[in-house]
Amino acid sequence: MAGSFITTRFNYILGWARKYSLFHYPYITACCGMEYMSTAASHFDWDRFGTGWTRFSPRQSDMLVVCGTISHKLAPVLRTVYDQMTEPKWVMAFGTCTVSGGIYDNYAVVQGIDRIIPVDIYIPGCPPRPETVLDGLIKLQEKIQKQEQEWRWKKRK
Amino acid sequence: MEKKKIIEELKQKFSEKIKEISVQFGDEILLIERDSLLDVVQFLKDEPYSYSMLLDLTCVDYKGHELRFEMVYHLFSISNVQRLRIKVRLSEKDLQIDSLTSLWKNANWLEREVYDMFGVSFKGHPDLRRIFMYDGFEGYPLRKDFPLRKRQPRIPLRK
Repeated sequence: MAGSFITTRFNYILGWARKYSLFHYPYITACCGMEYMSTAASHFDWDRFGTGWTRFSPRQSDMLVVCGTISHKLAPVLRTVYDQMTEPKWVMAFGTCTVSGGIYDNYAVVQGIDRIIPVDIYIPGCPPRPETVLDGLIKLQEKIQKQEQEWRWKKRK
Repeated sequence: MEKKKIIEELKQKFSEKIKEISVQFGDEILLIERDSLLDVVQFLKDEPYSYSMLLDLTCVDYKGHELRFEMVYHLFSISNVQRLRIKVRLSEKDLQIDSLTSLWKNANWLEREVYDMFGVSFKGHPDLRRIFMYDGFEGYPLRKDFPLRKRQPRIPLRK
């Protein structure tokens, strides 16, 4: 009884810590990058929500922000970047192109990045306004808080 | 140099090679034979016509026509501030044309794009391979008979 209480509290604290220190790796290919920049920069400043550092190395980041159209030519690269990220990791699909392929329903474009990598939060919009992004970010943080947290000494199934 | 004069001199020099001359939006369009392309373009590039800039080079697919593909070359003369379009029609069975890489360096990538999207092969091109699509991509996506729903992913997709 006491043991499960401690585990639950530890899980809660880990979730709380993780949701407020989302180091992110921006994977930007198209115009959504502009909205990413305005969201990340001082005016909207998503550091207020704990999305502090932009890490330009997938190995140091927790959240992969995929902005913009992903073509089939680029798909293996995105897959590699995702594989290089260390656990725990989350993926944000930023904009309609990453959510569903958007207007580009043709031979070249992947119809949603969830065909390549698992996605945690979908943000629609072409491109989404910074308010939408911040709303999506808060929803992702709620999701992280509720998740069953993995940690190093916990036995993997 | 006057545009009319250029057209007159072209007519004199390549009379049987020029199939048609038309004007659209103030720019002349020459429809020429395939084998005379390099000669005509070299003639226009030299002084005093000095169409020294290749603005663009592309292809159009007229599916159902006997000569299905049409190459379009956009030339620009900086000293005379004039534009000129050159068109060459190609049949599907013999889909090749002389490369312009010997005259303009930028023709290299433009011709690779046309090769990638339409499958036109360029004689004398130093490095003719796909530029946009990846290795192993089958078909030429800007052709009118390319299947609309055909997908060729490089890695296996989830679901």
